Amino acid sequence: MQFVFFTLLKIACVLGPLLTLVAYAVLAERKVSALIQDRVGPNRVNLPLIGSIPVLGPFLTKLGFWHPLVDGVKSFIKEDFTPAHVRKIYFWLAPAISLVPAFLVVAVIPFGSTLGAQKMVIADLNVGILYTFGIVSLGVYGIVLAGYAANSKFPFLGGIRASAQMISYEIAMGMSVIPVFLVVGDLNLGKIIEHQAQNGWNAFPVFGGGFGLQQLLLIPCGVISFVIFFISALAETNRLPFDMAESESELVSGYHTEYSSMKFGMFFIGEYANMFAGAAMMTTLFLGGWTLPILGLNVAPAEGEWFKGLLHIGIFMGKMLGFMFIFMWIRWMLPRFRYDQLMDLGWRRMIPLALANIILTAAVLALTNR
Amino acid sequence: MALPDILFYLFAFLTLLFGALAVANPFSRNPVTSAMFLVLTICAMAGLFVLLNAFFLAAVQILVYAGAVMVLFLFVIMLLDLKEEQRRKINLFGIVTGTGAVLGLGFLLTRTIWGGDLNQAANPRVIGDTKALGLELFTKGQFLLPFEIVSVLLLVAMVGVILLSKKELK
Repeated sequence: MQFVFFTLLKIACVLGPLLTLVAYAVLAERKVSALIQDRVGPNRVNLPLIGSIPVLGPFLTKLGFWHPLVDGVKSFIKEDFTPAHVRKIYFWLAPAISLVPAFLVVAVIPFGSTLGAQKMVIADLNVGILYTFGIVSLGVYGIVLAGYAANSKFPFLGGIRASAQMISYEIAMGMSVIPVFLVVGDLNLGKIIEHQAQNGWNAFPVFGGGFGLQQLLLIPCGVISFVIFFISALAETNRLPFDMAESESELVSGYHTEYSSMKFGMFFIGEYANMFAGAAMMTTLFLGGWTLPILGLNVAPAEGEWFKGLLHIGIFMGKMLGFMFIFMWIRWMLPRFRYDQLMDLGWRRMIPLALANIILTAAVLALTNR
Repeated sequence: MALPDILFYLFAFLTLLFGALAVANPFSRNPVTSAMFLVLTICAMAGLFVLLNAFFLAAVQILVYAGAVMVLFLFVIMLLDLKEEQRRKINLFGIVTGTGAVLGLGFLLTRTIWGGDLNQAANPRVIGDTKALGLELFTKGQFLLPFEIVSVLLLVAMVGVILLSKKELK
């Protein structure tokens, strides 16, 4: 009974903030783009009562703090238009299918160490990472079905492009984490973090348990895995420079051209939730999750150390938000790839490189005698 | 009935239901719909694997079949001319051969299950994680490795098709 209660509590405590973060990620995206393009960004919405508080009110307005709120209200009250030519069932299903996997992924991610006696992860699976890949691979259905449901040419092309792109990059992504498994020797995400706390982060295994030949030789392996995973994550979440499924200049707006109102909003939420899931995965796999190698923060707190437990959650969030910022930065800095370039990069560069990296890591581990 | 039993019957029922709908859907002759029901069948089967403690197999089932193979299926189906497929009526030849195949396979399965000793179940405490699977694959004596190598035949077939379908060889 207690297990059920705490699990439900954890689900609520993860999904609530995640949805809020998604809403504010949209605002952050607009602010970051404004920063990069030397504009001001959203700074208009003012709430009646809070807006009249002397310094705080105008400050929050200037930050655009209320924009996510009104954006949400706007998407709900806009007309939900269903064009006559769409395939109705798929048209309704697709936004939901694109939203659900993004939220399911979060279930296995350890977002903190422990609070009291509770581990800060919803489901501590022993095949954690494979579960994540399985669920992520289902995410493509939302986009493909949206393209199919629209029953017109541009969305359809978007859907087809998405399916080819996501399958291609899933292979590279899956292969890029195999070196991590080889080094850690476990699929459980909690164990992966533990290992990193002792031996240094997978992306850059230098600090931690001594600096030996093995650590030195594993640095290139870790860096290559991390870079491949990062690029694949951009492609999997359909972010620029890989947003071929939307690609406004060619496909109007790709797979969600025919969608309006909250159905479009759900695709939008799905995209940002996927970004958060990707950022959380990278944090966990490569940047040591909730650990920091200073101030004794790389061990789980003892019973009763609430502050440390909360601090760990904070560290995790900080790393994750850092990745989110880099995602946004890249989006506004780089132009879109051409489709053939995208496929070329995936199949002819990244997959061979990832394969070579697996062999390299295995060789290093075998030669340095573990 | 304990919870695992209830879940078993639920997933088994869903697997059969979705499987039937994938093959003979009375509401729609759309190949995309059939493919989507096949995806649901695969997901329900993954649920059965979880109940057998085979977490690795369950995850791989979703990852490989639902997430990759079926997406490729969908990809191909969408590129084909779907309208013609929808108009096609089920003909007598299809009914006879289809029913024949199902009956034959059903007979074989029933005979195997009847002949076997059901009480001699596999050890339920074994957790089917990666380590167990790896040992099974690469330990001498068990040696499922030849079985894995046979799957390379698929790759050979694929390379062959690509070679044959190429118009001009360089």
